Amino acid sequence: MIRNKLNMLAAGTRKLSTVLVALLVAVTGAGVHADGHGHGPKVGFIYVGPTGDHGWTYRHDIGRQSLESELGVETTFVESVPEGADAERVIRQLVTSGHELIFTTSFGYMNPTNKVAKDFPDVKFEHATGYKRESDNVSTYSARFYEGRAVIGTIAGHMSKTGVVGYIASFPIPEVIRGINSFTLAMRKVNPDAVVRVVWVNTWYDPGKEGDAAKALIDQGADIIAQHTDSPAALQVAEDRGVYAFGQASDMSQFAPNAHLTSIVNNWDPYYIERTKAVKDGTWTQVDTWNGIREGMVSFSPYGDVVPANVRAAADAVKEGIASGAMHPFDGPFNNQAGDQVIGAGEHLDDGVLLGMDYYVEGVEGDLPG
Amino acid sequence: MIPYLEKRAGHSQTMVYISPFIALGLTLLGGIMLFSLLGKSPAQAMHAFFVAPLTSLYGWAELGVKASPLVLIGVALSIGFRAGVWNIGAEGQLTLGAICGGCVALWLYRVDSVFVLPLMMIGGILGGMFWASIPAFLKTRFNANEILTSLMLTYVALLLLSLLVHGPLRDPDGFNFPESRIFHDTASLPIILDGTRLHLGAVFALIAVGGIWLLLSKSLIGFQVKVIGQAPAAGRHAGFSVNRIIWFTLLLGGGLAGLAGMFEVSGPIGQLLPSISPGYGFTAIIVAFVGRLHPVGSLFAGLLIALSYLGGENAQITLNLPIAVTGVFQGMLLFFLLACDVLIRYRIRFKSVSGLRHG
Repeated sequence: MIRNKLNMLAAGTRKLSTVLVALLVAVTGAGVHADGHGHGPKVGFIYVGPTGDHGWTYRHDIGRQSLESELGVETTFVESVPEGADAERVIRQLVTSGHELIFTTSFGYMNPTNKVAKDFPDVKFEHATGYKRESDNVSTYSARFYEGRAVIGTIAGHMSKTGVVGYIASFPIPEVIRGINSFTLAMRKVNPDAVVRVVWVNTWYDPGKEGDAAKALIDQGADIIAQHTDSPAALQVAEDRGVYAFGQASDMSQFAPNAHLTSIVNNWDPYYIERTKAVKDGTWTQVDTWNGIREGMVSFSPYGDVVPANVRAAADAVKEGIASGAMHPFDGPFNNQAGDQVIGAGEHLDDGVLLGMDYYVEGVEGDLPG
Repeated sequence: MIPYLEKRAGHSQTMVYISPFIALGLTLLGGIMLFSLLGKSPAQAMHAFFVAPLTSLYGWAELGVKASPLVLIGVALSIGFRAGVWNIGAEGQLTLGAICGGCVALWLYRVDSVFVLPLMMIGGILGGMFWASIPAFLKTRFNANEILTSLMLTYVALLLLSLLVHGPLRDPDGFNFPESRIFHDTASLPIILDGTRLHLGAVFALIAVGGIWLLLSKSLIGFQVKVIGQAPAAGRHAGFSVNRIIWFTLLLGGGLAGLAGMFEVSGPIGQLLPSISPGYGFTAIIVAFVGRLHPVGSLFAGLLIALSYLGGENAQITLNLPIAVTGVFQGMLLFFLLACDVLIRYRIRFKSVSGLRHG
């Protein structure tokens, strides 16, 4: 009896699975799709985080959307692509699916980008924040975020009462260290006794870790939180704990209406539009771009209501000074953490030194990992 | 009518073979619902997930590249899981293998010899075994739970890797960016299919499947593993050493995970980076279970899961699906696969509502 029923069930499922397999074949066999043809090149992007990170990747995606709205070109993105063996495959897939211009928007895509570029000389590649351009069809671009750090450092110097600022840092690479140093130098121009405490979270995007780091820093006396990570978690913590914070990469004021002082906003739109137009017109050539406040690649969200007029004026003066070239975030004289002078008065660090920066300036507490 | 599960007297041999197809059917139905709700054509989505990635030789090779570490680690873990030794830290063992294999490559950077690669492989295996020996020691000596110790050691391994690539192993010409030099050709895994990235690691994954199948079915220690997993008391009564099995399964899992890590850095990556694995060590746990802790099952499970990753990327590119949706679809596939295996040991019966009320 039981065996009988089992056989019936088995037969039934067999029939069911046959139907399902047939359905699978029917469905997938019909799955040929046509790509739409927009005007101009098909542009692909790979992102290291989700487009909803409200930070780094979000701003790149805003840039991508500007290509669709301004130029009417077709764009594609792949998000949360790990920096490692997978990146090469995704870049290659973008090439083979007909993309003529590909933006790889994280440092870790540097070697895969160059590797794929060698195999496809007709496709143009743009790698963000790297330094390798091994074939003629690879350009690199980045923004002088450290200029933005000088502006928010100035605000921190004015706004901190405890003289302790917490800084949530991702990875100890030159770009992040440069930001910490630029911030610290600007802050101590206003308040020479202020210090910066750094927590390294070893991630670009992990709201949980970022929030915990903010809590730890506030517990250590920080009354302002700055960050070089991508989520707004630290701002939410700052809002809860009644301290101030700066947004990163995009306008994060919505997450902390009271705590938010200002955000450095990465503005890739003009660059993406310019480079896509160049491919369209056939004028694309290899470049190494490092733009800042002057070109608008580094911009800012409006100041929070709590920022008083004199602080706004001081911050605006730094923005204008950097934009006009009258001042440089790494103007001497200043010392390194050990107290030795790095550079004297009347000079500033050049780009070559900035690109390989691997030490803290005076005023940063703790040791650099690695 | 209320459905409920009734335990079968024994395993249903029919269901052993049918349940994956039921799972695929349910995934298909779920997928059709999901993609229709999102306003995408289910036909195109299924095509993008399961067919498009395999329409070229390069695609098949990439499937092998993605599946190799999953299969290699999955088969190794399945042996431990059969014995009730829960090594959750394969990701850490993989990382240590990558570190040790990579260190050999960088240490012999200027040496042009055929022995570089074998030495790297030995380094990778020993590194992974060393990392797995810590939970084995703590388990056998202090009865510390290996789930916790192996998992926590994963984070230690990841931080160790980070420390090394930010410090001593950093490329001297790399502007202080945290990555090692790119390995020399002598330290790079041979490609077994020209024009693709399919490397020697795929061959080793297949060897591991065959080897562990033989081990489980033909060797005494394989028999002991099965007995201790299913009936520990019987195993002890027969004089089998539980500690020996703990050491054996952890070292085997660690060694193969370490080898997989070395293959990753020596093959598709080609250098040491702060992060080298997108969670292969954790995904391999799913591979082992979807493969029903059987070596051949792990092979198919590894290929299927690898395909779902490739398909997920492809669906993002061709259909502009967000990664969250591709993740939901992958999750659905795995859920149905694991859930349908319930039917092997249970059957669905229906109880009338009135019967419930009385009961």
